[in-house]
Formats: sequence, structure tokens, C-alpha cells
Amino acid sequence: MCRPTYYAIAYEINPWMRLRRPASPRRALRQWEALYRFLTARLKIQVRLLAPARGLPDLTFTANAGLITDRTLIRSNFRYPQRQREEPTIERAFRRWGFRIAHLPAAFRFEGEGDALWLGDTLVLGFRFRSDAPAHESLARLLKREVLPVELKDDRFYHLDTCFCPLPGFAALWYPGAFDRYGRRVIEQVATETIPVSRTDALKFCCNAIVAGREIVLHRGISSSLRRRLERRGLAVHELDLSEFLKAGGSAKCLALRLPSRYTAPRA
Amino acid sequence: MASEVVQVSGHIIDSLILPKILDEIMDRRGTFEIVELSVGKRKADPSTARLKISASSPRSLRQILQRIARLGAVPVMPTDVRLVPAPKDGVFPASFYATTNLPTFARYLGTWRPVQRIEMDCGIVVDARTRRALCMPMARVARGDLVVCSPEGVKVAPLERARKREAFQFMTSAVSSEKPKAQLIHDIARTMRVLRRQGRSVLVVGGPAIIHTGGGPFLEQLIKHGLVQVLFAGNGLATHDIESSLFGTSLGVSLERGLPTKDGHDHHLRAINAIRACGGIRQAVRRGLLTRGVMHACVTQDVPFVLSGSIRDDGPLPDVMTDVLQAQDAMRRELDGVGLALMIASTLHAIATGNLLPATVKTVCVDINPAVVTKLSDRGTFQGVGIVSDAASFLRELCVALKLPAR
Repeated sequence: MCRPTYYAIAYEINPWMRLRRPASPRRALRQWEALYRFLTARLKIQVRLLAPARGLPDLTFTANAGLITDRTLIRSNFRYPQRQREEPTIERAFRRWGFRIAHLPAAFRFEGEGDALWLGDTLVLGFRFRSDAPAHESLARLLKREVLPVELKDDRFYHLDTCFCPLPGFAALWYPGAFDRYGRRVIEQVATETIPVSRTDALKFCCNAIVAGREIVLHRGISSSLRRRLERRGLAVHELDLSEFLKAGGSAKCLALRLPSRYTAPRA
Repeated sequence: MASEVVQVSGHIIDSLILPKILDEIMDRRGTFEIVELSVGKRKADPSTARLKISASSPRSLRQILQRIARLGAVPVMPTDVRLVPAPKDGVFPASFYATTNLPTFARYLGTWRPVQRIEMDCGIVVDARTRRALCMPMARVARGDLVVCSPEGVKVAPLERARKREAFQFMTSAVSSEKPKAQLIHDIARTMRVLRRQGRSVLVVGGPAIIHTGGGPFLEQLIKHGLVQVLFAGNGLATHDIESSLFGTSLGVSLERGLPTKDGHDHHLRAINAIRACGGIRQAVRRGLLTRGVMHACVTQDVPFVLSGSIRDDGPLPDVMTDVLQAQDAMRRELDGVGLALMIASTLHAIATGNLLPATVKTVCVDINPAVVTKLSDRGTFQGVGIVSDAASFLRELCVALKLPAR
């Protein structure tokens, strides 16, 4: 994760960001600290911290840094120049932590775990707004796994992780309205069970959730029916206030990148 | 029609990327042909598809290419043709590209150039000065001509499937005598009228059976009414036509009574001899010796005819070309603008003409023997429509369908 020290709405690169609707730095920091504490203290998850950098307000959304496979970071090729500036910082940090860095062909955009999520051993890749479909071939070659690109059609759900969340047992929480009809069919075929969410829940970024074992952490305010459905699946639902990050089009999942366990041990 | 070959690879089947690309093409009224599809054997193996996309105009093709590029389908970078100079007159380089009769394009200096006068079983020569690609018969290549020697850089446009049912459908069913012919003959008549309005020509390739069966007068009618613009035949058709004009017989059989005439067996030789004495068919018409018949109509109507000889010819008539290469060239010269070829009761000349015709020329083969029609398509003239019929009956029906006044 990355502390939102320099987090701000500094530009508009998705429909959620409005320069006229700035984020409060103090509240954002408080919300982030609450999430961090919850993950580390309550869920006992080990978290490694990426040092925040001035001028990189979105570095806090570490899910977009890349995709980790084993000891390698497949680094993102950000769509927008505003975020392309994060690339060297990310690369330096991961190298220092002992990761190998893999690059996709520069012609293809790819925004890491923001658009690439594992469902079992199949990687689902969202494309159109931030990542490019042809990137899937290089990813498949690097990962030696099946990579299925699915097209997103609603720009409010510009990343796959804003409308799709894999759950234990090959199930997935998703907002079907964010996918085109081909994408919907692909996901229905790969997931053993799909839990569709309402538009209202989707707009509260309920799919942008951190799932750890049977725990699911998401922004507060989801409908009671969704909560019931999740709990019926044996998931413990934890709602936290992340409203300041929603202003930038992100929520819990965007604030964390999954690392293999041996790399997460925090250094003093 | 504009077309381009694109390639897409990856996990394009399970992700429905391939069906999506195909849908995108069809939604924009393009058509596609899957040139190659290799499917990964295991789940993680990539699949590759190579598609040939065609659209009605370069603009709509560009739009389709833009749409599918974001799905990863990108044009396969085409290369120029490889050119090798011909080592000798009449000899292609060993690896020369052999043509088909389909519309063909050669990529030279980055541009697709249509191959002119395409015909099957030839080579392609590129003229470096005019930058034009020309279909070249083996015997006519000159030493040093730049000959296309690679399938890369050459593309062939398949014939389009007809949108609605019509007589000249691509790949019609097998030839059979058990088929109704009236509708087919009406379609041919309509095509002849249309071609005439468009200023394109109708070619008749005829055998002597036209005259033997009494079909000569009908063919004469067609020529006189300006419905035939070119005639290809051998010594036989012309000889028996002239015999029938001079003696009223064909191979000694009276065309009026249908019975052999006394001493009629040498009529055709006397006919040939008479024309040889005049110096040729045109001269015989001019002198008033030849006053009716198919050849007479050709001369008076100014319809060009090419008579090519064979080894068993009597005479032959002075107009018959006995050098086959010269005859081929003469036939090639007359093929410009031909839109329909009617091959009636002729095997040798039908196949020879079929070899010279581009596949875009509508071809009808009429013969009493179904094997002839089959043979023509087996030799590569697959666009042919076959009619199993007696020559005279066919021509009579055709004249009726064209509403030509009775003689």
C-alpha cells in the first residue's frame, strides 16, 4: 500500500474525478489509516509500504502499479501521462525489494491489477478505457496461463476491479452492466457462480473490495441484500468509510496490490 | 472491392474476441474469409487466426480495420513480390508464380497492381518502367523480363457469391441432362441483352455440330442482329457452314431433307477448294461466291473471327491459323471486353478458350455430351454453367428467348 500523503484530485482522467470536488487530505489520510490498521491489526495481513512521492497523487492506488507473478512485477504501461510519471518510481521500489521487472510492449496500455484479476488460474483482463486487448497475448506468454480479455463499456467502471471481484471458490461479485455482451458471456463461463450487484451498489464501488480468505473489505453503504448474500456465502463483510477515494474513482481494492506472502514482511 | 489480410492471436476463442471481430466486420457490412485458424491445444496455448476482410470501398475497409485493431487484429504486413529475370526467351525462372484465372494483384513498390489480361497457367511479368503487372504466357516471355517468383506479394480475389439466385451462380451443382433448360436459356438471353447495353461483347466458340444439326441459320440470325461480337472456331465449323451455303449439305447430308446426297461426301472439299481459289472467306464474300451462312454474316457484320487449325483438318481454309501460338495470341487479342462466352458443341476450342478467359467472364458450355461440360470445369474453367443439349435445339430456343424474328 502507499500512504496518501500527496493524494489529491489534481486532474480529471475518469468521470469520477472533478477538480471542483477536491478530496480532503486530512480525511483521506484518516480513512486510509483506518483501512491500513484494519488490514494489519484486525485481519493480520502483512503490508509492505511504498513510499509516497510528491507530484504523484495517484500513487496511493497501488493496485494499478502492475501485476505480480511469483518474483516478477509486470509493470503497468499507464494510459495517461499524468500516471505514466508513476512508472519509474514503482519500478525502482520493486527492484529494491528484489522483484524482477517485466515490461509489456510499449504499444499496449496495461494498468496492472486494476484491469487484471485472477479467477482460479485464469486471468481476466478488462480492456477499452485503460488497458488494450492485444496486451493479453504478451501477458499470457509471460504467465503461461489463459488470459481472457473482456471489454468494458461504461466509463464510470473504467477498470475491471471497479465492476468485478473474484471470490473464493471461482465465484465472482460483478456488475454485469459494465461489460459488453461478449464480456458477460465470458465471465459467466469462467466463474462457477456469479453474484450480480445492483447499479446502486456498483456505484458505491462494492466490487472494488479486498478479499482475504473469507474476509471482504469494502466501502461502506452497501445494500442489506448484498450484505446478506455475501454473508450467506460465508464471507465476513467489513465496511469502512473510503469516501475521499471514491472522489478519484477508487476504493479499497485500488489501494492495495497483492504480493506473494514472503515479500510482504515489513521492514523496520 | 477493397480487401486486407489481418492476423489476431492469443486466447481469442474462449474470450470471444474472434467472434467479436467477425461480428464487427459483418456489422459494418464487410465480409471475411478465415484464411488460417490454428487453435491452441491446451488451455494456456494461444490461437491464431488470419482473416481476409473485404469491404465495398477502401473507406469502409479502413473503418472496419480501425474497429478491429483495438481487438488486436492488425494487417499482416504485406511484402513486395520477388522478381527474377527470365533466363531465356520463352523460359520462366524455375520458381515462377503460376497464375489462376481469378482477378490477381501483384504488390510492386508498395502498391497492389492489378495483373492485366489474367488467364490461367501463365506467369506474371512486371514492367519496371510503367510499373504495370502483366499476365504472360510462357512462350511469350522474353529474356530479362522481370518475372514474379513468390506467392508473397500476390493476392487473388475469389469470385463473389451471388446475393440472389441467378443462372451464373458461383459453384452450381453438377452438370446433368435431367435439368430444365428453358429458365437457363432465358437467363442467358437476358444476360446477352444486358451486355449489349453495357457495350460488352458476347463470344461464341462453336463446333461443326452446329452446322450438322441445322443450327447454322440460328447462329447466323444472332450474328446479324448484333448479339454476337466475336466468333472462335476451327476449320470444321467454317468449312461445313460454307459447304451448306454452297451445296445445301453438311458433310454431304442435305440439311433440308436430312438424307445423304449423292456424291455429297466431297462437298466440303470442294467448298474448301473454292474458298482457297478466292484467297479467303472475306474475298469469297466480296466476289459474291458466299452469300449466306455464319461466316458470311461475320464478314458482312464485321464480326471478328479466329479460326484455329488442328492436325486432322482438311484443306484447311486460308483463314485458318495453323500455328497454335499465333492462334492463341489472335484469340487473346479478341478477348478484351468479352462478358459472356457461349461454347457450343466444341471440345477442343472450348477448352482452349476456357484457358484464356478470366474467371470473371460468364461462361456457358452447351454440348450433347455431359462429359465435355465436366471436362471444361475440370480443366479449371470452374465458372462455367453447363447445358446438356443438342446445338441446334439450344440455338433455336435462344433465338426464341431473344424474340428474334423468324427467318
